[in-house]
Amino acid sequence: MTALLHIENLSIASGAATLVHDLSLLIAPGERVGLIGESGSGKSLTATAAIGLLPPALSARGSVLLDGHQVIGAPDRHLNRLRGTLTATVFQEPLTALDPLLRIGLQVAEPLSRRARRDGQNLGGAELHREVLRLLDLVALPQPDRIARSYPHEISGGQRQRVAIAMALACRPKLLIADEPTTALDVTTQAEIIKLLDALVRERGMGLLFISHDLPVVAGVVDRVIVLRKGEAVEQGPVQEVFAAPRHEYTQSLVAAARAFDRALEPSP
Amino acid sequence: MSLLSVENVGFSYNRQQQVLYDISLTIRPGASIGLVGESGSGKSTLLRLLLGLTAPSTGHIRFRGEELQSRNPGFMRAYRRQVQAVFQDPYSSLDPRQTVLRIVSEPLRSLRIGGDHRELVQTALESVGLDRAVINRYPHEFSGGQRQRIAIARAIVPRPTLLLADEAVSALDLSTRVRIVDLFKQVRAEMTLVFVSHDLGVVADLCDEIVILEHGRIVEAGPTRKILQTPSQNYTQKLLGSVPRMPA
Repeated sequence: MTALLHIENLSIASGAATLVHDLSLLIAPGERVGLIGESGSGKSLTATAAIGLLPPALSARGSVLLDGHQVIGAPDRHLNRLRGTLTATVFQEPLTALDPLLRIGLQVAEPLSRRARRDGQNLGGAELHREVLRLLDLVALPQPDRIARSYPHEISGGQRQRVAIAMALACRPKLLIADEPTTALDVTTQAEIIKLLDALVRERGMGLLFISHDLPVVAGVVDRVIVLRKGEAVEQGPVQEVFAAPRHEYTQSLVAAARAFDRALEPSP
Repeated sequence: MSLLSVENVGFSYNRQQQVLYDISLTIRPGASIGLVGESGSGKSTLLRLLLGLTAPSTGHIRFRGEELQSRNPGFMRAYRRQVQAVFQDPYSSLDPRQTVLRIVSEPLRSLRIGGDHRELVQTALESVGLDRAVINRYPHEFSGGQRQRIAIARAIVPRPTLLLADEAVSALDLSTRVRIVDLFKQVRAEMTLVFVSHDLGVVADLCDEIVILEHGRIVEAGPTRKILQTPSQNYTQKLLGSVPRMPA
């Protein structure tokens, strides 16, 4: 079976500075992998490289195979087909993912009809509208009809992130990339979005690359975790194992820090 | 006697939108209070009122029994000597064109505090874990955590009795956050602390008392232990239940 994402010896450099060093990772269909690390560790760069969207000033070496297709050095028209059919991405800040001047319904309709065209179908009119409402309903948005008619500023941050997830799902991707998808959200909203993402990824058997600096959040969503520090993978393994018995000093310090705040919440005497 | 008392305070930016409703709260000297709430709960607005940056629409705020006069420059200068603040973003709260000495000594100048400013600044820098020699450097030469230490040094240099912190560790990475929370624990031993945060874990770790705000109202307040052990309100329970935890 072809891996959804197979990164081998990826290095990303900006001039003389190496930002990601010799990183390898593999995501099989249906597998959920977390990439954790602090700011500047290269998490988001790795995700960007995986879909061939690195800024031109950065250079990538190594191999990135998306469902068997080489991403590094591939022309954009080739990559464009892979993005959005094979992968879709949900980013941290839902406001920047949405066009402020377009109603939500139109924004969700766009990836839906594009995906249909790529499958050689023509989706439009009432049928397209029905699909939009179905997707909004799927991500548990109340009153899909009203949301579809709203502009991004008229709905809450959590609702906007649900819309961004609906747009990603519209592509019916095999691999969902979620880059800090709940970092900008309140804790109660975060809990809801994590539950939703978890259920959707499971139901659809999607692969998931989940990027976060928040260890407990990652623990709740992925099977396997890779710890990045200054562009290098210092540790990886099943998330339960890594968090229960971290081997690398850096992972140990992260786990200890996360547990300290956890412990503070224990209602012990 | 309370250090700062908030009595039935309401606040609205305009007539349609009430931000705070009937807030009452007593801050005793030496207390460490965590103000917890989600976005839009009014916690930052309440902090602005405590700082005297804005006056409440209704109700009173008293410092050692005396009503805050946010429009009286003389009163505010004296008040600012007692009450200082640290904000969320260490990248925007320090002037990039000024040296650390200039930045940290600013309250000493504006509050017209005498003495050897360089010495006072260096002592403050040392107490936040920075080297005395950093005074001639500029903010861009420091990491986020170090910048937050500089911001804390600036807040404590006039030796205030009350320190207000607004999401002061939220922008920091986990390992840096632990270190800055440790620094706040050290600060807490010397002055009264009001720590505004959406992060219950941090607040539980740092504060003796917790006040929980929802939609501009206090839904629950009390000692940290009690709130964690027996949260009486649905919202508090929901908030506690939503905090993601590490696997056992």
